[in-house]
Amino acid sequence: MGTRDCQHICDESSPAVGEAGKTGEWRDTFPAIDAAKCLPVRQNKPSCFLCWLYCPEAVISKTVPIQINMEYCKGCGICAQICPAHAITMVSEESFSLDEKG
Amino acid sequence: MARKVGTRMLDGNQAAAEGVRLSRAQVIAAYPITPQSPVTEKLSEFVEGRELDAQYIAVESEHSALAVCTSASMVGARTFTATSSHGLAYMHEMLHWTAGARLPVVLACVNRAIGAPWSVLNDQQDSVSQRDTGWIQIYARNNQEIIDSIIQAYRIAESVYVPVMVCYDGYVLSHTEMPVNVPGQQDVDRFLPRYRPHTILDPANPKNYNLVTLANPRINAEGVLCHGYIELRFLLQEALQNSRKMIIGVGKEFGEIFDRSYANMVWQDRLDDADVVMVAMGSLAMEAIVAADMLREAGHKVGVLGLRVFRPFPKVDVARALKKSRLVVIFDKNISYGSEGATCSEIKSALYGSPVRAVIRNFIVGLGGRDVKAREMVDVVNKSLSSMKEGDLNKEYPEWICDI
Repeated sequence: MGTRDCQHICDESSPAVGEAGKTGEWRDTFPAIDAAKCLPVRQNKPSCFLCWLYCPEAVISKTVPIQINMEYCKGCGICAQICPAHAITMVSEESFSLDEKG
Repeated sequence: MARKVGTRMLDGNQAAAEGVRLSRAQVIAAYPITPQSPVTEKLSEFVEGRELDAQYIAVESEHSALAVCTSASMVGARTFTATSSHGLAYMHEMLHWTAGARLPVVLACVNRAIGAPWSVLNDQQDSVSQRDTGWIQIYARNNQEIIDSIIQAYRIAESVYVPVMVCYDGYVLSHTEMPVNVPGQQDVDRFLPRYRPHTILDPANPKNYNLVTLANPRINAEGVLCHGYIELRFLLQEALQNSRKMIIGVGKEFGEIFDRSYANMVWQDRLDDADVVMVAMGSLAMEAIVAADMLREAGHKVGVLGLRVFRPFPKVDVARALKKSRLVVIFDKNISYGSEGATCSEIKSALYGSPVRAVIRNFIVGLGGRDVKAREMVDVVNKSLSSMKEGDLNKEYPEWICDI
């Protein structure tokens, strides 16, 4: 299958989820969440959400508990750095099986 | 104020500026450099005097000049810039960018030598050095061809979405007046429709252009498999390969409206019976006609092949034009150091696999403004004729017309 169906003659894309492909494939470290430490979970109400605020890919949900869209998370680790409760740890992709990632 | 239509005495820079005015360029950005400066001075006068409804954007460098034209083209404007020599070299990065983005910018290159050492005089090293940037290159032999080529350049560029460089020799043409027929605005409007962009940067429909493009194709959010980097490069090459037909077609249509046909990739003078062919590009192709007259008087069957389009290189047209030749003498106002003149390499490449078995001689001439006289061209053709030997088709390196 070739790219002849693509009508663009220069590189062109529209801002949309997935326009750059599944960027989750770029990831080599994985944000593992320890829900017991996450403030919204501990307080059982929407709060903190610094990870949501700082995520450059906007792949973290503002929910209790937070959820990360692993199809597009590039594994940059900013969420782990910013989390005041140290609830997120970056771990090597290989050390996690797909099942564990959920 | 309506400009005088019909035959006027114009130098090459004025002819270029008139061509841009008639083409109704909307954004002009340029940085002055000898011998290009009068083109932009004239255009700024047109804009100031409201003879041309355009934005004239003053910039601090040639790199910025082409960046402005590229950006303006991206939002749908017809654009123009002009430069020479070091200015064109400074544009190098943006030349790649404009072609890669497939934007139909038109640039006038007033051919000038490149330092070191400094020279403000003519040769074609500047534009020949940019041959691999993906631009179409058209060379004018005289001032009439400058104005006509600028007008055609917009039509070609906006049809195939490849930028076009119109090249003409500094001083020899740029500062030399000759009679030029200036077309009427209505006829040019009939010939040159409005610019229709292949895509347009518009806040109402936000898009990303020419971002980091990965090696492999990717599926976008709409499920379409999009080109990777190499596919986009393939498409640019394909556009240049296919542009020959458009260049000839546009030249033919120009002839129908303006009575001066450009339905060719090369200029042919007396090639029907010629077994000796002189090849040159730009104004030197006119001087070669004078030399051919002299050689004809001496009884030689000499013709001239003038290279009008250097990119895409007209391989088929050249091979066909040289079909009957026994000796081909190629004059280059450029040198690919360590090899030979650029047009010589191209011509040899065009002849590979063809039945032509002509002796080929390459002369490097006119660098840094050294005058090339018809008499000197005659001398080297005579020298080549007398030294022709069976089987000695090719020399490893070029010969020079210089005093060393």
